[in-house]
Amino acid sequence: MERTIYREIKVTPQVIQIAVLLGAFILAAAVAVLYIEAHGHIVTGMTNQIVWGLPHVFAVFLIVAASGALNVASIASVFGKTPYKPLSRLSGLLAMSLLAGGLAVLVLDLGRPDRLIVQMTHYNFSSIFTWNILLYSGFFAVVSAYLFVQMARGISARTVKVVGFAAFVWRLALTTGTGSIFGWIMARAAYESAIMAPLFIVMSFSFGLAFFILVLTLSCRLTGRVLGVKLLNRLGRLLGIFAALVLYFTAVQHLTSHYWARDGGIEQFLLFDGGIYTQLFWIGQVLIGGIIPMALVFHPTGGIKPASSIVASVLVILGGFAQVYVIIIGGQAFPLDIFPGYTVSSSFFDGQINTYTPSLPELALGLGGVALAVALTGFGMKILRILPTNLSDVNVGQS
Amino acid sequence: MKLPAVKFDERPAEMHRRDFMKAGAALATVTLAPGVTLMAFGGDASAEASASKRWGLLVDVNKCAKDCDACVTACSKENGWRLPENPETDAQWIRKVNLTDKDTGREASLPVMCQHCEEPPCVDVCPTGASFKRVDGIVLVDKHICIGCRYCMMACPYKARSFVHEDLTDQKPWAPRGKGTVESCTMCVHRVDAGQKPACVEACAATGNGAIIFGDLRDPESEISKALANYPSTALRADMGLNPGVRYQNL
Amino acid sequence: MKRLLVILMLLGGIGLSPAFAQGLGPDIPKATGQPHPEGNLFWRMNHMRLLQHDRDLTMHNGDRHIQASLKTCVTCHAVKGADGKPVGVDNPKHFCRVCHDYAAVKIDCFMCHNSKPEEKTQAYLKPKIPDSKELAAYLKETGQ
Repeated sequence: MERTIYREIKVTPQVIQIAVLLGAFILAAAVAVLYIEAHGHIVTGMTNQIVWGLPHVFAVFLIVAASGALNVASIASVFGKTPYKPLSRLSGLLAMSLLAGGLAVLVLDLGRPDRLIVQMTHYNFSSIFTWNILLYSGFFAVVSAYLFVQMARGISARTVKVVGFAAFVWRLALTTGTGSIFGWIMARAAYESAIMAPLFIVMSFSFGLAFFILVLTLSCRLTGRVLGVKLLNRLGRLLGIFAALVLYFTAVQHLTSHYWARDGGIEQFLLFDGGIYTQLFWIGQVLIGGIIPMALVFHPTGGIKPASSIVASVLVILGGFAQVYVIIIGGQAFPLDIFPGYTVSSSFFDGQINTYTPSLPELALGLGGVALAVALTGFGMKILRILPTNLSDVNVGQS
Repeated sequence: MKLPAVKFDERPAEMHRRDFMKAGAALATVTLAPGVTLMAFGGDASAEASASKRWGLLVDVNKCAKDCDACVTACSKENGWRLPENPETDAQWIRKVNLTDKDTGREASLPVMCQHCEEPPCVDVCPTGASFKRVDGIVLVDKHICIGCRYCMMACPYKARSFVHEDLTDQKPWAPRGKGTVESCTMCVHRVDAGQKPACVEACAATGNGAIIFGDLRDPESEISKALANYPSTALRADMGLNPGVRYQNL
Repeated sequence: MKRLLVILMLLGGIGLSPAFAQGLGPDIPKATGQPHPEGNLFWRMNHMRLLQHDRDLTMHNGDRHIQASLKTCVTCHAVKGADGKPVGVDNPKHFCRVCHDYAAVKIDCFMCHNSKPEEKTQAYLKPKIPDSKELAAYLKETGQ
C-alpha cells in the first residue's frame, strides 16, 4: 500500500468536450434568466397558485445533495473509516460546488435578482430563510477550511478531525434549515411537520452520495485513474442503506399525515388521486429512486458489478428529483383548506387542484445549475490536488 | 468643482416645513371631515400610525350578497390592479369566495383579503423584512426591499398574496406596485392615514348591503368593537392562533 | 497619473465652462412651484438619500407629511409632451431621465411608482392646508 497521491486532472480532448457541453447548459441558463427578468415570471409556468416551480425543485435538490456530498469526508474523518479518506477532498469540493449551483438557481429565480444586495443588508432573524443564508455562507467557510487543513502540510490529524467534525455538525444544521423551510409552513397540510428536517437529512445522505459516486466514476474514467471495484461497491451498498432510510422516513411522514383526519385530503391526493404527483411518488420516488437501486446494490451476484452502483446512483438521483418535485409542486397543487367543512369556489382557484406546466426557461435555469455544479467541481479538480492518482482496492485498503 | 458638503441630518429648513405641514394637516382633517373623522376614528388625526390603534374589518356574511362583487371592483379601481384577465397570474388583492356547507348545503358568500394578522406568518418568514406589520396592525409589503422570493405566499394560510408577473404601467400614485415583487391588500392604508375608510367598505356601504365595518379594534367605543362585543364572530383558520384583524360574523 | 490629471481637467472643464450651459451637460427642465429653500445643488446631491429616508417614514410609520416625496417630485418637475400632458419615464425628456441618462445611473423607482403626476380628480387624498381665513373661522367655531 503506497501513500495516496493527489494530482490535478489533465485537460484531455474528452474533458474539453464535457466542459463545452456544460458551458452550453450554463449559457442557456443565463439566456433563460435574462429572458425571465425582462418579461417577468409570466413566461414561466409559475402562477399565484404554484408560486415555487421547477427552479425551486432543482435548487432544493442541489442544496440538499450538497450537504450529503460532504458525508464521504465525514465518514472518513469523523467516523474514522480509512478507505474513505482519499475521497475526502473530492467530497468537500463537490459539496461546495453543488451548493453554489443550487444557490445560483434559487437566487436567479427571484422576482428581483438585482436586489440580492438588499438581502445582504436586511436580515429578518425570525425567518428560516435568513438563517439559511448564514448557514449556506458558513458552509462555504467551514468546508473551505476543511479542505485547507486536509491539503496543507504539517497539519495534525487531530486538527483535521476537529475541523471535519465542525463541518459535519454544520452540514446537519444546514439540511435541518432547508427542511424547515417547508416543515415550518403551518399554512399547508403537505408541509407542516417536524419530520421534514430529518427527512431532508436522509434525503441529503442519499442524493449527495449518488452525486458523489457519479462524479467520482466519471472523473476517474476521464483521467484514466484506477477506481477499485470494492470501493465502488462499498459506496453503492451505503447508497442502498441511505435509499432505504429515505423510504422509511417517507413512510413515517405519510402514515402520520394520513392518520390525522385533517390531512386526509392531501394524503389521498398525493398517494392516490394526484395524477402526475401520484405517479411521480410511486413510480419515481418509491420504485425508481428506492426499490430498484436497493435491489441493484444488494443483489448477491449483480451487486458486485461496478455498473450496479453507477446505475443505482443515476436512479437515486432521478427518484430524488421526483420526490422533491412531489414535495414542492404537489404540496402546492393541493388547495388550502381555509373553510373546513365547506366546498368553495372563487376567481382565485380556491378549493381547486392547481395545475402547473413547467416552461423551457425554468428547465434551462435548473439544468444550468446542475451544469454549474459539475463544472465547478471539474474546475476545482483541475486547479487543486483533489483527486487521488490511484484508488485501486489494494491501495485504498479495508477497515 | 467643489460641491458644498451638507450633512444628511442637517437638512436646512426641514423641521420648520415639516412642523408646519403636520399642523396644517391635522387641522385640515378636522375641517374637511367634521364629525365623521372625529367620532369614527377617535378624533386624533395623528400624523403617524399609532400603536394605540388596531385597524380591523368585520364582515357580516349574512349581509354579503352572493352575486355582488362591489368590494372587489372598488379595490381594483382604487389600487389599480386589473380585474383578472389571466386569473392564474393576475394579482387579486380581494376575492369573493362562495361556500356550500358539505353537510347541510347552506350557502354563503364572503370576501377574502389579507387578514392583517397580529402574528402574521408572512412577516415571520420574510428574509429581508419587506413583509412587515405597522404598529396599527396593518400588514404591508415594503416593495423597496422585497426580493420576490415568494416565501410569504407559501406561508400565508389565506392565499392573500399575489406576485406581480408582468411589467406594469400607470400605477396609482398611492399604490405603487411592480414586477417581481409580492403584494396584497393594504387595508387602503393611504386612505386610513388620511382619516378615510377602505375602498371596499365604502363600496359595500354604497350598495346598501353594508356588510363590512371598518374601525379601531382597540377603541371600545368604535362601531366595530361594539359589534364584536355584542355578536359572535370568528376568524378564518382560528385554529392557527394568528389573531387576524379581519373578522367574520354569521359564517 | 498624467491620464488621471487630464480626465480631471476635462471633467472640471465640462462643469465650469460655458459649454455646460450650451448643451454638453444635461438639459434640465424647469420646474413649477416654490423653489427648494435648500437650493437645487443640495437636492441634486442628496435627493436619493432624502427620498430613501422619507420613504421609510411613510412606508413603515405612516408619516405622510414628509418633505421628500416622489409624488411631489414628479408633480412639480413634470415635463409636458407634445400632447400637453406630462410625459412618463419612458420618454427621454422626463425630468428624472434627463440627468440619469446623462450620468448613466439606473432609476429603480418607476418599476413600481408612477412617473407621472396624479390627476386632479385623484388629489382627494392630500390633506388640504387651510388658508388664514379658514383657519380663523375654524378657531372661532371651536372657541379657541
